[in-house]
Amino acid sequence: MAKVTLTVNGRTMSGECDDRTLLVHFIRDKLGLTGTHVGCDTTQCGACVVHMDGKSVKSCSILAVQAAGSSVTTIEGIASQGELHPVQAAFNQHHGLQCGFCTPGMVMTAVDMINRHGGQLDEVTVRHELEGNICRCTGYHNIVKAVLSANEEMHGASRQAAE
Amino acid sequence: MGMEGIGARVARKEDKRFLTGKGRYTDDMVVPGMKYAYFVRSPHAHAKITGINVSAAKAMPGVIDVLDGKQLQADGIGNLICGWMIHSKDGSPMKMGAWRPLAVDTVRYVGDAVAIVVANSVAEARDAAEVVTVDYEELPAVITSVAALEAGAPQIHPEAPGNLIFDWQIGDGAATDKAIAEAAHVTEIEILNNRLSPNPMEPRAALGVYDEAEDHYTCYTTSQNPHVARLVMSAFYNVAPENKLRVIAPDVGGGFGSKIYIYPEEIVCLWASKKTGVPVKWTSDRTEAFLTDAHGRDHVSKVKMAFDKDHRIIGLKVDTIANLGAYMSLFSSAVPTYLYATLLSGQYAIPAIHANVRTVYTNTVPVDAYRGAGRPEATYLLERTMEVAARELGVSPAELRRKNFIRSFPYQTPVIMNYDAGDYEASLSAAMSAADWDGFAARRAEAEGRGKKRGIGMSCYIEACGIAPSQAVGSLGAGVGLWESAEVRVNAVGTIEVLTGSHSHGQGHETTFAQLVADRLGVPLASVNIVHGDTDKVQMGMGTYGSRSGAVGMSAIVKALDKVEMKAKKIAAHLMEADESDIVIENGALKVAGTDKTLPWFQMALAAYTAHNLPAGMEPGLKETAFYDPSNFTFPAGCYIAEVEIDPDTGKTEIIQFVAADDFGNIINPMIVEGQVHGGLAQGIGQALLEEVRYDETSGQLLTASYMDYAMPRADDLPSFKLSHQNTPCPSNPLGIKGCGEAGAIGSPPALINAITDAIGVEITMPATPLKVWQALQAAQPRMAAE
Ligand code: FES
Ligand code: FES
Repeated sequence: MAKVTLTVNGRTMSGECDDRTLLVHFIRDKLGLTGTHVGCDTTQCGACVVHMDGKSVKSCSILAVQAAGSSVTTIEGIASQGELHPVQAAFNQHHGLQCGFCTPGMVMTAVDMINRHGGQLDEVTVRHELEGNICRCTGYHNIVKAVLSANEEMHGASRQAAE
Repeated sequence: MGMEGIGARVARKEDKRFLTGKGRYTDDMVVPGMKYAYFVRSPHAHAKITGINVSAAKAMPGVIDVLDGKQLQADGIGNLICGWMIHSKDGSPMKMGAWRPLAVDTVRYVGDAVAIVVANSVAEARDAAEVVTVDYEELPAVITSVAALEAGAPQIHPEAPGNLIFDWQIGDGAATDKAIAEAAHVTEIEILNNRLSPNPMEPRAALGVYDEAEDHYTCYTTSQNPHVARLVMSAFYNVAPENKLRVIAPDVGGGFGSKIYIYPEEIVCLWASKKTGVPVKWTSDRTEAFLTDAHGRDHVSKVKMAFDKDHRIIGLKVDTIANLGAYMSLFSSAVPTYLYATLLSGQYAIPAIHANVRTVYTNTVPVDAYRGAGRPEATYLLERTMEVAARELGVSPAELRRKNFIRSFPYQTPVIMNYDAGDYEASLSAAMSAADWDGFAARRAEAEGRGKKRGIGMSCYIEACGIAPSQAVGSLGAGVGLWESAEVRVNAVGTIEVLTGSHSHGQGHETTFAQLVADRLGVPLASVNIVHGDTDKVQMGMGTYGSRSGAVGMSAIVKALDKVEMKAKKIAAHLMEADESDIVIENGALKVAGTDKTLPWFQMALAAYTAHNLPAGMEPGLKETAFYDPSNFTFPAGCYIAEVEIDPDTGKTEIIQFVAADDFGNIINPMIVEGQVHGGLAQGIGQALLEEVRYDETSGQLLTASYMDYAMPRADDLPSFKLSHQNTPCPSNPLGIKGCGEAGAIGSPPALINAITDAIGVEITMPATPLKVWQALQAAQPRMAAE
């Protein structure tokens, strides 16, 4: 057994878990944040993507103990004061989700992708970057649309702020 | 239509919870005292169980209990059933072998459940499962349907000699043979429809909660049809009577058919909860999903299509073998029969059709409905045959189709279906112009200049949705009726709850069903809530599959709304001292036509509940229920065109464009309909290019049991799609809806394979992987060089 303390969505949290417990199970079962999902056993589907110290990671591919001391953001932590994050809003606007199961991972991947590319995103890049996230419902068409639109929104907005 | 009514592109009401991580899926449920299950499964494709020893497992840390099939049987839990009776052509009933929720003496596929371990954590349950010793005496296994029918093949169920479940036929054999004998040209082709794994992203899960004080069970489960689950578990599996069993299907992460069926795990979790005295939760991992979720397709067919000298089809003969796996799943018998052979007329006037279908047992996962269920198999068979015929006859694929289109409705096919409406020419023309079909030759030449092979292919599909008139399906062997129920509750403040027997697992009913109510009553969308997925809340329902929720589920809501409206108008007429026939409902108010008298909707509702001043004899309250039984199937149809470019050096297929032109009848929310088409197309393209369940044919081991081995379509495998609609309203239901959930998966595989074979000039089977395409090109080259 290990005691793991980390910052999740800005709050310090801790819990006891087996040494072998994966971060995703720690988040879901010990912290009760069930927005992060498990869709596979082989780190292929991306349903479990969270941000760890600002980078997107598949939380099924690291142990909870490895995340000790880090700062983790989950899907529950990206809207602020009831306002959807622009990526969340774009997914709603463009029907980028159906059953919603892949959605948390998609959104977390998209946020990271948009941040990393500094506004330089096109369809080919988005499709390539989404390769680690599987969606069975949407055929990706509207997910791609949503990511591109959120990219516009976020970088358009930051450009305006800079002016 | 209004901003929020029928036809509006309303963003979904349900999205917020999914987008903020607040969805509630079965695995998210936590109940006090809950423990975790892990199933011990057969590592063999076929074996006798000679002994099970659980003592070491029981002594493992955290283990509550380990239970096996003998105990389950002793407690009177029944065997799993197939709910659709099919008779062979000799009149004998289908040969259903016993499927025990936990195997007792024989295991018949890798993954067959043998025992359940209940422990404090999943990890502890899995550890303990590893030390359960099951003694097996291995038996020879058979994997393919063709091999299972061969003399001397391993016998899988004693009830089904030669592994034959039924040998069924439809249509007029003699007339079809005569047409073939007299034909100017006969196209013959063999069609393989590859086996697929549905793969909803949420793995199946079940949480069984037994309440001893009430002798009552609650089952949270990943179901497309919780009421059917309750009915079947009560009536056939003997879990508990319906009044003692509540089934809740909360948010469900996709289904595509695979979550229609009642699987062993939910039954066993409920039973184990009573046995152990603790709530028992099981969540499938992905490998387990590959090993146990019902697969789809797996047909082998021989086709003969007969043409007269004017290229009119005069006969179609089909001989199909369908692999149903190791056990007959809930609707498995209907898929390769009434959901398949009844669609073999396609969009064409074919005077004589005959289909023979044999279904067989093999040592593989049970096969049942997967998105489209039978209709993709029929469409693939027909549209590939049409393409090959067009090439043989030297006519353009569009011309051959046009010549044979059905053009007047209603049209009675020789295989039961009566098409009520359609305009096949409209979708064909729309698709061809969207794809710039006429400009293809130039594009091909340009690609050739770059050393690439371009091809274009089309597919004209029809499907039958909105299943289905209860009496009709009853006469064909269905064990259930296929109506739908709805209850509309108007609250005293005028807000509305609609309780529906349909189930949403991605389809967006919370939005589209509310749009219907907003449209009818002029109330804001926000004041309408859709309730579904809980047998304690909704009285009864048949659930969501076969694109039936719009055509059947919403029709039930229409009927309930009719009743609500009637009563509301009576109340309003009474309060405004007007004639009931003069009351109109507009923008959330009841008005006396031609006057300025108006009564806000909420005041009418309040009056219904205060009951201070109601018409004489009227009961207080405002709540109405309706059951809607459809009068016919609905017939969505369309034309899909794929254009591909193949790199001959690698065999890789790139989809240059994919055009879909669909006729779905009237549409409630175009954005949601488009989303359904996108998803269907991705699955159909997956079948054509990437996906295939593979077993080792000797050992029966599943080779594609993870996402490392089973190629799911990913974002960079797919293009953005070009969609359009040419809608003819459906005359068979009040909203004129046909259904859109499966079309994409039905129409796309043949379009792609027609395009690929057009590009490479040789036949190929699905999935057309780069390796297969490359090999086909290599094999063809020496011949081409020799010519
Ligand atoms: S659960 Fe982490 S990648 Fe699938
Ligand atoms: S929305 Fe269902 S898996 Fe993506």
